[in-house]
Amino acid sequence: MEIFGIPHQAFLGQLLLGLVNGAFYAMLSLGLAVIFGLLGVVNFAHGALYMLGAFAAWFLLEKLGINYWFALVVAPLSVGVLGVIVERLFLKRLYKLDPLYGLLLTFGLALIIEGVFRELFGASGQSYPVPELLQGATDLGFMVLPNYRAWVVFASLVVCVGTWYLIERTRLGAYLRAGTENAALVQAFGINVPMMVMLTYGAGAALAGLAGVLAAPIIQVSPLMGSNLIIVVFAVVVIGGMGSIMGSILTGLGLGVIEGLTRVFYPEASSIVVFVIMVIVLMFRPAGLFGKEA
Amino acid sequence: MTKSTSSTLATPSMTQSAKLIRATYIALLVFAVVAPMLGLYPIFVMKLLCFAIFACAFNLLLGFTGLLSFGHAAFFGSAAYVTGWLIKTHSVTPEVGIVAGTVAAGVIGLVVGTVAIRRQGIYFAMITLAMAQMVYFALLQSPFTGGEDGLQGVPRGALLGMLSLESDTTLYYVVVAIFVACFLAISRVVHSPFGQVLKMIRENEARAISLGYRVDQYKLLAFVLSAALAGLAGSLKTLIMGFATLSDAHWSMSGEVILMTLLGGVGTFFGPVLGASIVISLQDMLADKVGSWVTVIIGAIFVLCVMAFRKGVVGEIQAYMERRNKR
Repeated sequence: MEIFGIPHQAFLGQLLLGLVNGAFYAMLSLGLAVIFGLLGVVNFAHGALYMLGAFAAWFLLEKLGINYWFALVVAPLSVGVLGVIVERLFLKRLYKLDPLYGLLLTFGLALIIEGVFRELFGASGQSYPVPELLQGATDLGFMVLPNYRAWVVFASLVVCVGTWYLIERTRLGAYLRAGTENAALVQAFGINVPMMVMLTYGAGAALAGLAGVLAAPIIQVSPLMGSNLIIVVFAVVVIGGMGSIMGSILTGLGLGVIEGLTRVFYPEASSIVVFVIMVIVLMFRPAGLFGKEA
Repeated sequence: MTKSTSSTLATPSMTQSAKLIRATYIALLVFAVVAPMLGLYPIFVMKLLCFAIFACAFNLLLGFTGLLSFGHAAFFGSAAYVTGWLIKTHSVTPEVGIVAGTVAAGVIGLVVGTVAIRRQGIYFAMITLAMAQMVYFALLQSPFTGGEDGLQGVPRGALLGMLSLESDTTLYYVVVAIFVACFLAISRVVHSPFGQVLKMIRENEARAISLGYRVDQYKLLAFVLSAALAGLAGSLKTLIMGFATLSDAHWSMSGEVILMTLLGGVGTFFGPVLGASIVISLQDMLADKVGSWVTVIIGAIFVLCVMAFRKGVVGEIQAYMERRNKR
């Protein structure tokens, strides 16, 4: 059976791979959007935090013998704590300045984190085994579905929708959205805004860490895994516009799928297709697909 | 009363500092001319001047127009490749190679700029970064760039077909001349009416629009100028070092030029030159000693600059002089 002259197994395989990548784009751009919304900081260190999550999982397994399922909780938490420390030590002092300084600071932090890990582990990757429960594949009849990839898509969708629910449908989320609109006013109502800001950055960092743990068994855990991804995620954020949470999720998944399809039909362009789409979107909707017109 | 006395006092001291600045420039120029005779390694100084041009070009955009581009490596790198390719495979003379590289960077700058100026601030930075990454992948996959290996062994040739540049000293003086020309050109642009409009856009873009200026056109022209000058730096780099590689176009190079400008002083004339000197010297000293720690050190300087001294070295000195003059 063929789809557009491509063997359907290969086609569906790339489609799934695109969906998996899209899941990571969605989780990372979601974190970026939440952080940007409240802090006004474009977190360049997001890729480094994602890498830290993967390395934390690897470290937990190799050195302490702690398995994947615990790592899924422990690694994001520790990355989140690191995020809180970064916010307290550095970002907190930059809020009154031009947002560009936040970008430059987090860029510097990303260089430091990646440099240290490259010195410790070299540029080559460490492999992380797929947890036993999710090894193997399920034959769906029309395609063979590797269990772990299905799990990644499922898990990230749950996380994304959960985050959406938290922000759009709960009281805490309401405070958060109000803080995005007017932090001073929210503080005047007696809500501890600095604490909320700190925890938001921590949560965004933890989300990146979680994406790192999910990615660890699929890709090589390497110091540079984050910086290659973060630029694509920036493009995703520009395409989606940082206005809406659901927008980030849909854009991330959609672009992953488009990238996967490009890999089937015209592999040479697969590394730049997201950037090309960004240019086209900017031409017609400068604020992004889901962004509010500035 | 005290106010008027202080302002009359300030005038002579300001001309004094202007004299001081002029004297510093002349001293530096003399130093640059005699540097090879003092035993300074000419390739090192040329590399330094090359990155100084790059940083000045970048500062034209960030310091004098207020646009943070995170993709200037694309212009630097693609000009480096164009120059290297033309000289190596088409045996053109170096000046043709350099002009072609500069023009190519300007054209790419026109395309990137047209897209990027549709958004402001933080989005501008992200868009330029993304588009530079696109250029990077295009260079990686183009047949003429030599892929992962880059272009190696680019000959220097003879300027205008007459003056051989194979000698480091000859090339050195050519590079010094180009650097001085670039520095003066940028200073001319900033002090021109065009430069004043750019400054207004930096300070208050909405105001500039309401006064009837076509802000987008000004921004685009500044962007193209900056890209072309960054390209000139890249072309020179190929000529000096004899190679063009992917690291010239990598995003970390865009980061480095930001650091040079920030460290020296954003929006000052001499800051980028000083910043480039510090960063290049640091890399040169540390490269064989500490390996990957160079990245960590660069990152640490970044954090330090943003946290502690945002005006940069030259900016802090200027602020200090102003404070002293006011007393």
